[in-house]
Amino acid sequence: MKFRTFVAFVGPSLFMMLVFIAYPLVAVLIQSFQIEQPVYDTVEVEVCSPGFVNPICNVEQKSVPRLDENGNIITNTSWVGFQSYANVLEFGRAWESVKSFDFGGLQSIDFWKALRFTLTFTFITLPFALVLGMAIALTINNATPVVRGPVIFISLLPFIITPVIGALSINWLFRGDGIITSWLEYWLGRDLSFFAQAWTIETLMMTYRVWHIAPFAAIIFYAGLQTVNQDTLDSAVVDGANRWQRLRYVVVAHLMPLIIFVSIIHLMDSYRVFEEVVGFSSQSYVISLQWMTYEFLIPDDAGNRAISRASASAMLTMIGVVIILIPLLRRTWRDHKRGALI
Amino acid sequence: MTSRTLRQPFSLRISSAGFLALWCLVAAFPIFWITVMSVKLPVDSFHGNALNVIFGPVTRDAGKGFSILDIVFGLSIIGAAIYLAIRTLPNTVESGKLGPNISLAWIIGAGALVLSFVVVFFGIMPLVLDFLNPASGALGKTAVGFTTEHYKTVWIDRNFINNFENSLIVTAGVVAVSLTVGTLAGYGLARSSSQLSFWILIAALVFRALPHSVLVAGYLPVFIRSAEWLAPILGDNAPTLYGKPFAVIAVLVAINQPFTIWMLRSFFQNIPRELDEAARVDGCSHFGAFRRVIMPVMWPGVITTGLFSFLLGYNDFLVTSLLLDAQNQTMVPAITGLFNRETTTTDQVVAVAAAVSITAPLFFLVLVFQRQIVSGLTAGAVKG
Repeated sequence: MKFRTFVAFVGPSLFMMLVFIAYPLVAVLIQSFQIEQPVYDTVEVEVCSPGFVNPICNVEQKSVPRLDENGNIITNTSWVGFQSYANVLEFGRAWESVKSFDFGGLQSIDFWKALRFTLTFTFITLPFALVLGMAIALTINNATPVVRGPVIFISLLPFIITPVIGALSINWLFRGDGIITSWLEYWLGRDLSFFAQAWTIETLMMTYRVWHIAPFAAIIFYAGLQTVNQDTLDSAVVDGANRWQRLRYVVVAHLMPLIIFVSIIHLMDSYRVFEEVVGFSSQSYVISLQWMTYEFLIPDDAGNRAISRASASAMLTMIGVVIILIPLLRRTWRDHKRGALI
Repeated sequence: MTSRTLRQPFSLRISSAGFLALWCLVAAFPIFWITVMSVKLPVDSFHGNALNVIFGPVTRDAGKGFSILDIVFGLSIIGAAIYLAIRTLPNTVESGKLGPNISLAWIIGAGALVLSFVVVFFGIMPLVLDFLNPASGALGKTAVGFTTEHYKTVWIDRNFINNFENSLIVTAGVVAVSLTVGTLAGYGLARSSSQLSFWILIAALVFRALPHSVLVAGYLPVFIRSAEWLAPILGDNAPTLYGKPFAVIAVLVAINQPFTIWMLRSFFQNIPRELDEAARVDGCSHFGAFRRVIMPVMWPGVITTGLFSFLLGYNDFLVTSLLLDAQNQTMVPAITGLFNRETTTTDQVVAVAAAVSITAPLFFLVLVFQRQIVSGLTAGAVKG
């Protein structure tokens, strides 16, 4: 294909990605070093209290935002270096609490709290999603062909449902005297409250995520199971491998590339955990990195958005994304060198 | 030998089937439960006893519900409709009784079926039952509570229909633009082996992993101030991009592009190169070959990718909630306004009804396109 034809085909897509993905990235990087504030003028105002003969007059100094000819507030953008990063990270306080082994103190700083949760969430849900996905795939594969279609249909529901709604639907089962809370209270004979402390909310959020992502893993593993070499399985039987050994050394070994693929997708997606915070209204107990940026971007009561701090926290979030991506990119690069692009 | 040695003991088969049944229960239960909750009065919806939630005694005593006769009639009509749709409809269409054009016959057949179902189910059946219920004693008494009032509150009083329209606009826009742009790019990338195409794919991989909040932090200041910087180009009526559905469509399309081009590229790679080479030999240009030879055979891949674009646009919360104002809000962010009230239990059930309304289209989507969704999920993975 000639270069010009190639550009004609790929151009529109490339243009959109450059304008709406690459440019915002650069803009966020720049914004994180800048801060935008209204320009204030100090004016002297004479304020007189009412009095008949001698009104008492005071001269007060007031700061008034400077307006342009249209009545808009003039703002001034200045470079502040790493100040926004410092505001987000609060190294001083963080270091103090680390020195005194005060974990709670560290958790009172939003960024470290969010980082702690995001990483725990990502790495705890990963094994559960893989194991549950594998179990579903194996049992579907084991079922009679007639029920496979309906089972796959039901399995797809948690994956396809809007994440916020999925989280909400599980939330409603537990909130207040939700049905599952009632059952558990009945069995355990004591009052339970799932939304009064952080760890139960976190458990629910992780449960939701495993519920949501396991079908995806299951479908992919199920497709992989169809390509397991029957001869290898037979030779394993001849070699005296028991059922568990066949699963471990033939099936799982065969599915390894898919397990890695699902793991990478899961790491990328759960590092961006966000909808769970909305669906479980957990922001006063548990927040994630992406939620932190989101919160800076929501206008406060005065209608201002903390763009600069949002940019700083966004760039800090990016560091994690890059770390997750490095192994993937290295693998793609190796494949490319060998001449087979994925 | 294979059949004997690989045969599973009875206990293993039972536990395997049991696990699968348990998983199906876990997968479907939350969705099933909120559907049940949404058709009961608040006292029943949030009752601790599951049977009360299912049968809804308070709702029933308020005179809203179905009698056993209603349920028997309703279920048999639904069953008949499903049987007609699965068995009779395809047979009639294939036999050519509705005309030689297959797709036209499908439209006519399906339309007639849906229309007659609506007439029978909502028109004739209630009339007959109004007459039968009082006459049949215990069978005709209201047995299961059922009310649609929360749906009425959501859709009419809370103006959810407006949010639905916005969702429709955004989703349709995202699917249409995504596919147009992505199909061209996917084809170009599948047929090129240059260094540039490799680097574009790598960049797309990186972009795929970006948290969306990072991108929105970049758009927000630009969008809010867009009237200023667009003024030199567009004059005085330069739009403020903030709050505009078309701006959100552009953003979601761009966010979706990396995924779209990877997926469509893998579909196009499965279409043999010889096909367009033959067309080129016959004198087609690249675009001509694409239009005449590739387009007729690319639809399975395009439909699958379109489904995932639809899901992205429909399910998005972060981008739409930050970049759209209240009037143009889509359904998913709008629901947070409903459940954050939480002043009364009625408000909560209204939010539940809204949640079910959002889920219903997705349910039918899976019902119709299950095979395409599965093939889309596995297309990227099994090769990679």
